[in-house]
Amino acid sequence: MIEFISSRWEDILFRSYQHTSLVLQSVILATVIAILLAVVVTRYRALAPVANAISAVGLTIPSFALIGLVIPLVGIGTVPAVIVVVFYAVLPILRNTVVGLQEIDPTVLEAAKGQGMQTSGIFWRVRMPLAWPVIITGIRVATQMSMGVAAIAAYVLGPGLGGYIFTGLAQVGGANAMNYALVGTIGIIILAILVDAVLAVIARITTSKGIRA
Amino acid sequence: MMQRLAGASREDRLLLVGLPVFTILLLIGWIIWREVASLDDIEARLLTWSNIGTLTWQHLLIVVVGALIVVATAIPAGILLTRRGTGFLTPVVLSIANAGQAAPVIGVIVLLALAIGFGFWVAILSLTIYAFLPVLANTIAGLRGVDRSLIEAARGMGMSGRQVLFRVELPLAIPVIMTGVRTALVLLVGAGAFATFIDAGGLGLLIQTGIIMFRYSILVSGALLVAVLALGIEWVGRLLEILVKPGGLS
Repeated sequence: MIEFISSRWEDILFRSYQHTSLVLQSVILATVIAILLAVVVTRYRALAPVANAISAVGLTIPSFALIGLVIPLVGIGTVPAVIVVVFYAVLPILRNTVVGLQEIDPTVLEAAKGQGMQTSGIFWRVRMPLAWPVIITGIRVATQMSMGVAAIAAYVLGPGLGGYIFTGLAQVGGANAMNYALVGTIGIIILAILVDAVLAVIARITTSKGIRA
Repeated sequence: MMQRLAGASREDRLLLVGLPVFTILLLIGWIIWREVASLDDIEARLLTWSNIGTLTWQHLLIVVVGALIVVATAIPAGILLTRRGTGFLTPVVLSIANAGQAAPVIGVIVLLALAIGFGFWVAILSLTIYAFLPVLANTIAGLRGVDRSLIEAARGMGMSGRQVLFRVELPLAIPVIMTGVRTALVLLVGAGAFATFIDAGGLGLLIQTGIIMFRYSILVSGALLVAVLALGIEWVGRLLEILVKPGGLS
């Protein structure tokens, strides 16, 4: 095992980097999409249950099925991996952003209006900071989920550590099968824990001082 | 029953009606395509009605057996962990379970298969490990959420510990526990699609074959049918959630 890791150290590091990079870029893209959608949804109240229903249904669709549906459209490789990871990452962030924006005490918004703040000012300086802790919790959930989804996308030649798991499976009976699967799986767990720890710190730093617990 | 449905939230009602309509439309669309499409030899052989039936049955079996095992182990475990005297174990167990949740399910399936062997029961084992946490966590959260004063009141009425558990705590915790069960069911359908990788069958076989042979008709059929199954199970889960809720709670 140690020999296996040391002989492939550079490849393992590169795949870990690819895996993290795929997940982080997809989650950032998903955050932008989700917040834009949430702003529209909270403006028209009737849309909120629809958005929640859509995100519940979206989370029901198995990732392997979605990959199967995306491949005929874009082929195999990195593109379907990004599409699928972004799709699942949007849903928890959207849900949390809608909840976060809706739970703001209306009297606070009225107070902001009374002070002469404009809609955009209220959004950036009152609503977003108040909703942010809930939003970033959604981002953390999305990131954890994306780590696993990215592993599955490796089956259609997506980048990252998932490739090792499938190499292990393909080499069943071979000397290194177990090593490949172990390094792939444990590597993803370590990445997930590290990234979540970083996000926890970011969550703390970016939360407005007035509402920090 | 109608009263209970009327008492559900707007989102729930939307899903209870919308889900089956959407699912059935998808299924009808696929059936029509299957009837009129001209398929080559390999496609026709894989997409016969009897083969689709067998694969669906295998997939359902994985989901149902997995769910039964999860319910039969995770709920008692959650009950044990919320009794007096074992409470100190709860954070330990939950943090282990949470760390385990970070493990990609495909990794767990492949590792166990390499360690123990391929086949149905290994698939069931890895999937139940995967679906265990949401039911355990929700059972603990549900039981903890029961108002202490209600338990005291029940004791004061002379109920034994067991009676309090079965007649007060569990009924009150059921809505939260059922949400965990629904989550587990949906996870099982999705992860069941990977059973094919370790020769345990299921509809994932169509997706896998479609990708390997580069035949979109098989690939998309598999993906659609897995999605239809997942949506159907989600609907059953939501219906169960509303139906088993004790009458006094709605």
